[in-house]
Amino acid sequence: MEFVTVNLLMSAFDPLHAFFLALMVNARHLFYGISMLDRYKDMGWKKFYLIFGMCDESFTINCTVTPPSDVDKGWFMFFVTMLDQIYWVSGATLGALLGYVIQFDTTGIEFVMTALFVVMFVGQWEEAAEHRPALTGLGCSVICLLLFGSERFILPAMALIIVCFTVSRKKRDGEVAQ
Amino acid sequence: MTTVQEIITILVVVAGTMVTRFLPFILFPEGEEPPKYITYLGTVLPYAVVGLLVVYCLKDAVFSVFHGLPELIAIVFIVVLHKWKKNTLLSIALGTVLYMVLVQDFFR
Repeated sequence: MEFVTVNLLMSAFDPLHAFFLALMVNARHLFYGISMLDRYKDMGWKKFYLIFGMCDESFTINCTVTPPSDVDKGWFMFFVTMLDQIYWVSGATLGALLGYVIQFDTTGIEFVMTALFVVMFVGQWEEAAEHRPALTGLGCSVICLLLFGSERFILPAMALIIVCFTVSRKKRDGEVAQ
Repeated sequence: MTTVQEIITILVVVAGTMVTRFLPFILFPEGEEPPKYITYLGTVLPYAVVGLLVVYCLKDAVFSVFHGLPELIAIVFIVVLHKWKKNTLLSIALGTVLYMVLVQDFFR
């Protein structure tokens, strides 16, 4: 969205377009919210901030990492979110201010994000009893990436994931009923 | 675009983003039990979404000259290392360094 916004700022003024573009680009947050309905329960005033600061990284960590038993869950997730936000803001600011000072070749450093998500994926995989949900996410995304291309595969992938889960739930319920 | 228009554009983007973050929590408030279907989605979506994010990170690599080969090598390395050492920071750091070496020195 950051990069899309830069584009928006350089084109003609159209707030309605900007609003709907933001809704579409960030539609994945709906999935985050549904996933976190239970985890963010009973968090009191912290809940507002947890939802406000729910970016990809904070969501992934809060939804994957189980805090040690002697650590308060609410404060743990609160600090994950807050530190994440601090790193985002300070990192972006430092990058803008010091960009010209950095002498070494940083090509490929963006892979750190991929690495984070891969590690979280492996972590979830090890803890999960059933791998069908994880495979559904991977499979639907890959299929839609190949079908729709890199610019517009997210929404179709989300839709396909929902369809798959709905069908498999119906099937499972049918098996239980029999 | 004037400065005021720029500020409005940014505020509108923030508003749109916040709608997507808050909507599920507004539709299904704490006090009442959400529909069974939503609760079910809440148990399976976390796994699917992380898969989606992994693919999202690789979306451009797949269509590049090397068809994601350096990414694939680095990911296999990360998976093996993480299964072995189970150290999140180590896996992320070494995986990223390996990828940087790959794209800077071998896949140019």
